[in-house]
Amino acid sequence: MIELCNVSKTFQTDHAEVEAVRNVSLNIEKGDIFGIIGLSGAGKSTLVRCINFLEVPTSGEVKFKGTSLASLSKKELLETRRKISMIFQSFNLLSQRTALKNVCYPLEIAGVPKKEAEKKARELLSVVGLEDRVNSYPAQLSGGQKQRVAIARALATDPEVLLCDEATSALDPNTTRSILDLLKNINETMGVTIIVITHEMKVVEQICTKVAVLDRGTVAETGPVREIFLAPQSQIARELILPKSAAVAEVRGGPVIRLVFDGQSSFEPVISNLSLECHAAVNILGADTKNIGGKAYGQILLQLPADEGSCVRIRNYLTGRNIKFEEAEA
Amino acid sequence: MEVLNNLFGDGMLAMYGEAILVTVKITLLSTLLSYILGIPLGVLLYGTSKDGIFPSAPVNGIVGTVVNIIRSIPFIILLVMTQPVAKLITGSKIGDDAFIVYLVIAAAPFVARMIESSFREVDRGVIEAAQSMGSNNFQIITKVLLPEAKPSLIVGSAIAITTILGYTPMTYLIAGGGLGQMAIQYGLYRFESDIMYISSILLIILVQIMQETLNYIAKKSDKRIRGK
Ligand SMILES: Nc1ncnc2c1ncn2[C@@H]1O[C@H](COP(=O)(O)OP(=O)(O)OP(=O)(O)O)[C@@H](O)[C@H]1O
Ligand SMILES: [Mg+2]
Repeated sequence: MIELCNVSKTFQTDHAEVEAVRNVSLNIEKGDIFGIIGLSGAGKSTLVRCINFLEVPTSGEVKFKGTSLASLSKKELLETRRKISMIFQSFNLLSQRTALKNVCYPLEIAGVPKKEAEKKARELLSVVGLEDRVNSYPAQLSGGQKQRVAIARALATDPEVLLCDEATSALDPNTTRSILDLLKNINETMGVTIIVITHEMKVVEQICTKVAVLDRGTVAETGPVREIFLAPQSQIARELILPKSAAVAEVRGGPVIRLVFDGQSSFEPVISNLSLECHAAVNILGADTKNIGGKAYGQILLQLPADEGSCVRIRNYLTGRNIKFEEAEA
Repeated sequence: MEVLNNLFGDGMLAMYGEAILVTVKITLLSTLLSYILGIPLGVLLYGTSKDGIFPSAPVNGIVGTVVNIIRSIPFIILLVMTQPVAKLITGSKIGDDAFIVYLVIAAAPFVARMIESSFREVDRGVIEAAQSMGSNNFQIITKVLLPEAKPSLIVGSAIAITTILGYTPMTYLIAGGGLGQMAIQYGLYRFESDIMYISSILLIILVQIMQETLNYIAKKSDKRIRGK
């Protein structure tokens, strides 16, 4: 659906050149929810803006359904942008228009008759659960509601791709979850390919199928979320994924393992069951787990006892319960 | 009684009325024409700026310099310098109509800068969102910049209109009319300070009415305030 080939973007500032994106090649397929994760300043926003040519890459090629965006005329590019919608961290709604009129905007500029546009806008606002707020102005809506309006607006032109630049970064955890659920739903029911830019592993974990880890403008690692989540290879991916150790590992303690919950196992008191069944005490160094629809997501960093026997029992127990883990350094 | 008769009798009321009409006409027409010239200039200044929607350093440099030069010329000097323009347009270098020409030449660059600064207040992210939806520049100007900047533009027009009103007494220099001219005429040359005070008070009332009305409209039209 979207192909990036050796995309680079260099900014010329008064003092120096900033290489915001360097040689990025990615292939995003139809139906993917593709995460692009990286620390602040890694070049995520720049990269995503290259995808709809809001930023023209310094070199490299961006292809949408096989056509290079650089080869399009100005008019064709504007039309293509209607197929690649975008939502933002700061929502970017028109403050002087009601929710309904905001959703009408993209239809208006595409020349859709007013009546038809309003009908579609109403439908979309009810898809995002705001049918009772059509006449509210953005200032009268909460952050989550504003993002819903923005999503409805982004969907108005029946896009094939939806770019989300830190779309949930300004929202609280519950609202974040509901917005992510909405995006997932849109992906499943409308078949919209979604590209999610974020600095939070939680977001990737919750909805993405594939992920690319961006480090100072380059792709450090890319692949299916489960693989990278289970065994991150690059330094930056480990930093983003591994929970920060809450306690210092005991000097005389045993090896440290990382348990990964990717929704395959049900939510249960794993650690206490493990302790009881294996007759071993473990030390939790860090944990970040949550229960989504009865399934466990997240990870726990465990320090095992020093004796070999307990370690073997624990590893067998985990394998038996189908809980994924990897060796980690403390 | 005698005093009142002096001030309001014997066709004095008609004179005040006439003066008010002239002042209002000069002010409104000048403001309107200044905006007709100032809006495209403001759009050009904003659009061609470094982070505008159609950046162009040369165009921005040229338009910006011309605007700044005109703005820095004192009004009286500008009036003298642009007499041929007034003659060309109205057929005369003096009178109310010629005065409108001078006022417009002086005010349009000022209006352009005000419009530019109103546009700058529009969130860059909103413009970017509009671009991401495939808007062309014309649509961004008419459907995003102007409506989003509307409250600020109306407040700006209140400033413009009162500033222009403040210049209207200068008509007395070129045989024009209006309240200001009347105040100068009676106060300065005929020592009838009562009439001078009355016409001045009328002028002040006029300023207040225009300013308050526009500020009210601006407030009323702004949807960024909660609870409306
Ligand atoms: N228009 C610009 N001119 C100059 N430098 C820029 C410009 N836009 C971005 N940069 C630089 O490019 C780098 C990457 O910026 P970018 O906004 O893409 O990062 P990001 O990953 O989105 O960060 P964040 O998570 O904070 O949004 C930064 O060093 C930034 O200073
Ligand atoms: Mg960013």
